[in-house]
Amino acid sequence: MTLMIGSLQLGCIYGLLAVGVYLAFRILDIPDLSAEGTFTFGLAVSAALTAKGHPLLGIPMGFLAGCLGGAVTGFLQTKLRIHPILAGILTMSGLYSINLAIMGSSSNISLVGLDTLFRMTFALFPGADKELLKLALAVLFCAAAAAVLVLFFKTHIGLCIRAAGDNEDMVRASSINVDSTKILALAIGNGCIGLSGALLAQYQGFADISSGIGIVAVGLASVIIGERLFGQRGVTWGLAATIAGSIVYRLIIALALKTSLFPAYFLKVVSAVIVAAALSIPAIKEMLARRRIKKEGLAHAVHP
Amino acid sequence: MLYIRDLCKVFAPGTPNAHTALDHLNLTLMPGEFVTVLGSNGAGKSTLFSAIGGGFWADSGSIFLDGENITYLPEYKRAAKIGRLFQDPMKGTAPHMTIEENLALSYSRSRRRGLYLAVCKKDRDFFRAALSEFGMGLEDRMNAKVGLLSGGQRQALTLLMSTIVPPKLLLLDEHTAALDPATAQKVLEITKEIVAKNQLTTMMITHNIQSALTCGSRTIMMDEGRIILDLSGEERKKMSVAGLMDLYAAKQHKTLDNDRMLLS
Repeated sequence: MTLMIGSLQLGCIYGLLAVGVYLAFRILDIPDLSAEGTFTFGLAVSAALTAKGHPLLGIPMGFLAGCLGGAVTGFLQTKLRIHPILAGILTMSGLYSINLAIMGSSSNISLVGLDTLFRMTFALFPGADKELLKLALAVLFCAAAAAVLVLFFKTHIGLCIRAAGDNEDMVRASSINVDSTKILALAIGNGCIGLSGALLAQYQGFADISSGIGIVAVGLASVIIGERLFGQRGVTWGLAATIAGSIVYRLIIALALKTSLFPAYFLKVVSAVIVAAALSIPAIKEMLARRRIKKEGLAHAVHP
Repeated sequence: MLYIRDLCKVFAPGTPNAHTALDHLNLTLMPGEFVTVLGSNGAGKSTLFSAIGGGFWADSGSIFLDGENITYLPEYKRAAKIGRLFQDPMKGTAPHMTIEENLALSYSRSRRRGLYLAVCKKDRDFFRAALSEFGMGLEDRMNAKVGLLSGGQRQALTLLMSTIVPPKLLLLDEHTAALDPATAQKVLEITKEIVAKNQLTTMMITHNIQSALTCGSRTIMMDEGRIILDLSGEERKKMSVAGLMDLYAAKQHKTLDNDRMLLS
């Protein structure tokens, strides 16, 4: 039960990360690696503000920090025409130093004993179960963000973003500025990722400079698990499936850790393997099908 | 409506591959004029369309549309006034979005909608009525992904998308060339209807000399980045396909002669 609740809590918090990754990789069709920096950016801003006694301010500021990072990546790849992957790498490299600066040039901040969003909620409901309260907060943030995004993608600007990921020429022909559209979309996506980091810092009570390493693979793993389990059907469905995928991912990890299947430091390789395996399914399927066709074709060949 | 003066464009200038695609080109179009554009490959037809549409900036010269200097306007801003269709039916539509969403996006040229819902009931009825005029049954498939449509259906949809907010200028770059003959004819008929209904100023590139002479009110022929023939009125009415072919061949003969001179 604790395992279940813990996975749900983390699944929802990291669900926001997965949603941000989904926005870039699936809706915009851009391989955006800035998450490695913007996740820690949100986390660092939130932790630093919490340490200064402003935990509530830390959450929206974490979101805005992520937006800023995403906008920089967007600017680099549209206006300055830098390759999308390199643009993301540049942003995350630059953010490493900025994150260290925010964290007072220390590689971690402890928030033990300080007021966080979660502790303040405990104080509001003294009688309630703390784990359930944490879960409620995580679900609340995740559901609210998802609901806003679902509505957003039904608006005109949302439609422009979806079209920009589908056929840029057509968007331009509709007299819409493709560059601004992409920058906006990357800002929103990385905003979600920053928000995810901001919540995580206050949830776990500490911030670490290396939190962002391998985070794109974690987000992608969630997106792919969601797609495999629930299929691909439009944006609303995709957003929900991504969050569900994030929860399933956390459950898998928690179960594997509990049964001591692998040590905790193996997490990154596990997410990398999940992504690689899921992405290679179509290629492997085709390979097997071809092998079968060839075998049958050779067996039934009419010899001259 | 369209006023082009001294338009020049050289690709890869200063290299052995330098190619003059537009050579001091002049062209004036009156409002409502429908011009067909002929010319061999590399004559500069598509380059001219790209220069007008904003795919690149011309090296020199100027382009005015409806009195406004659009020579240095970004492509997406020109798109508010210029509708364009290409040979590739995939180019003008977003395949993973529905017919309705595609139309809604192009319809937004009439007014910016920001955070309002992308498609409302009123628009939906309007789109349905417009689609039903094609007689292709598209009006009953408003929520189908555009990627599922055939090339002809996609091209007809693109045509509607680029004219649903009537543009000042419609540029058709061999938009029926990738379609089978029957579908090409159908799309051409739809084109004529839409152009006539909205009295659009139109330019259409074609390699079909027959349709170049029967469509629209004026025919121009391009070669080496210049307009070498401009037919309209009585002269155009009297021109036969064979007559135009002779002019075409005469031109090719000349270039052939030039090559011989170079090689001898």
